[in-house]
Amino acid sequence: MSVAPAVAPEPPVLALSDVRFAYRGSEPPILDALTLDVAEGAFVAILGPSGGGKSTLLKLLAGLERPQAGTMTLAGTPIRGPRREIGMVFQKPTLLPWRTVRDNVLLPAAFASRASDAERARADHLIETVGLARAAALYPGALSGGMAQRVGLARMLMHRPQLLLLDEPFSALDAMTRERLSLELQRIWMEERSTALFVTHSIPEALFLADRIVVLAGRPGRILADMEVPLARPRTLDSLGAPDFARLARQLRRLFDDSIAAGDPVR
Amino acid sequence: MRRLLAVLPPAATFLALWAAWSYATGPGGLPSYLLPPPGAVARALWSGLADGAFWPHIRFTLTATLSGYLLGSLAAVITGILVAESRLFERFVFPYIVAVQAMPKVALAPLILVWFGFGLASKVVLVGLICFFPLLVNTIGGIRRADPDLIAMARAFSRPGWWIFLHIKLPAAASAIFAGLEIGIVLALIGAVVGEFVASERGVGYLIGSATVNMNVAVMFAGVVVLAAFGVLGSSLIRALQRRVVFWEGARNDLPPAGRT
Ligand SMILES: Nc1ncnc2c1ncn2[C@@H]1O[C@H](COP(=O)(O)OP(=O)(O)OP(=O)(O)O)[C@@H](O)[C@H]1O
Ligand SMILES: [Mg+2]
Repeated sequence: MSVAPAVAPEPPVLALSDVRFAYRGSEPPILDALTLDVAEGAFVAILGPSGGGKSTLLKLLAGLERPQAGTMTLAGTPIRGPRREIGMVFQKPTLLPWRTVRDNVLLPAAFASRASDAERARADHLIETVGLARAAALYPGALSGGMAQRVGLARMLMHRPQLLLLDEPFSALDAMTRERLSLELQRIWMEERSTALFVTHSIPEALFLADRIVVLAGRPGRILADMEVPLARPRTLDSLGAPDFARLARQLRRLFDDSIAAGDPVR
Repeated sequence: MRRLLAVLPPAATFLALWAAWSYATGPGGLPSYLLPPPGAVARALWSGLADGAFWPHIRFTLTATLSGYLLGSLAAVITGILVAESRLFERFVFPYIVAVQAMPKVALAPLILVWFGFGLASKVVLVGLICFFPLLVNTIGGIRRADPDLIAMARAFSRPGWWIFLHIKLPAAASAIFAGLEIGIVLALIGAVVGEFVASERGVGYLIGSATVNMNVAVMFAGVVVLAAFGVLGSSLIRALQRRVVFWEGARNDLPPAGRT
């Protein structure tokens, strides 16, 4: 047995190396030579132009698609298919209309009728965390867009996933609801201590939530910029007005535009 | 009060039709061997029911319709699931389903009577066959149209294939299946009556047929009224069932039905 070096670099919890992916018959590939290491507990925002392959990247990580080349590992084990250590929120709410809020949150485990007491307690706790305690018995048809996305957040957390994948979870919502949910997401993430990958189109949203921002652009998609966000936590809506925030946003906007100009034309 | 108001317009239409019918068959109107007055039809219906002459026919038609309908529907849903869920089954069977579906099944009635005899069995087979196809097509379509995003979501949460079928595809197909069941109940009646027309010694279709031979037009009409009642009753039952089972559709913003969690 060897003694670990005093300052062992934290091994990445998620490691992608040289990943290539093309949908059947799509040429050039959507993603190519994609390499990305994500440290445990990090909140990484992925920014990029529409069609840049952000959702595709999350689908690969969720095990819904397999890369044609390269490796992806989560906590040291290759991702070969859907894993219970991964939780996801989708761009659309994707709730089962024929199941209550509670059952939708329980979906990663078992529905209420067959769930264990611990699972039920977990679901009820999560429903309360996202502020839906009074809506637990409602069906999705009776929810507003913001409420539906909250259910999605709670469902993602059901299995205490190590890795959270969020694909523009708030994009369909109005600005106020987005801000409120971003705050909630920050709080939840700080409580759950998991690693998060958050896809967004919004620079302020990325800055508000992330420790690190990755710009994915070009065809095939590559990582064209990678930036730390040295803002203190917890961040509040006031941080959005801070001078540091404005400076970072300007910097990021320039980076974003440059990288898109440098990359292949998007279409 | 609301209910009463809802019933008034159709009741008014009924009275108007009755009046027009009475007038058309009154003095100087159509002869009663072409169109009997409504009172005569009502009397024929009443006496047929009261003296028991109609009951064996009604029982026969109901038995044929219901057993054929249940068997045909069950077979249709099972076949539909197999076709929608199994590539192999689809490749072998689907082209023939399409071909047979395009064929008017009542044309097979004489053949089926030859094969299955003049009794109940041939009617059951004809009914089953006739309500099989619409439900089959609806089942396949309903399962195939399940939201692929919901399926991807369930896969991402490691739900197994059987779970996805049971909890996503089947509920997603439910309203299409009910639509097929509703079409089926009407077609089932047609099947039973056609079978009874062609060759039978019982049934409401036979009753109508034999009344025709005797030029007893009032009884013919009474038979038609009985069939119409079956049809209306059957499809409203299916619709009521649909509202309970597929509660999440249509009434999007309603509260959940009591007692479900
Ligand atoms: N199922 C699919 N089959 C074939 N091509 C696809 C499929 N899904 C996405 N694509 C293509 O892959 C490319 C990347 O799509 P993707 O959804 O990953 O982009 P995105 O970065 O998430 O865009 P947006 O920000 O608009 O959501 C697009 O050109 C799209 O047309
Ligand atoms: Mg996307």
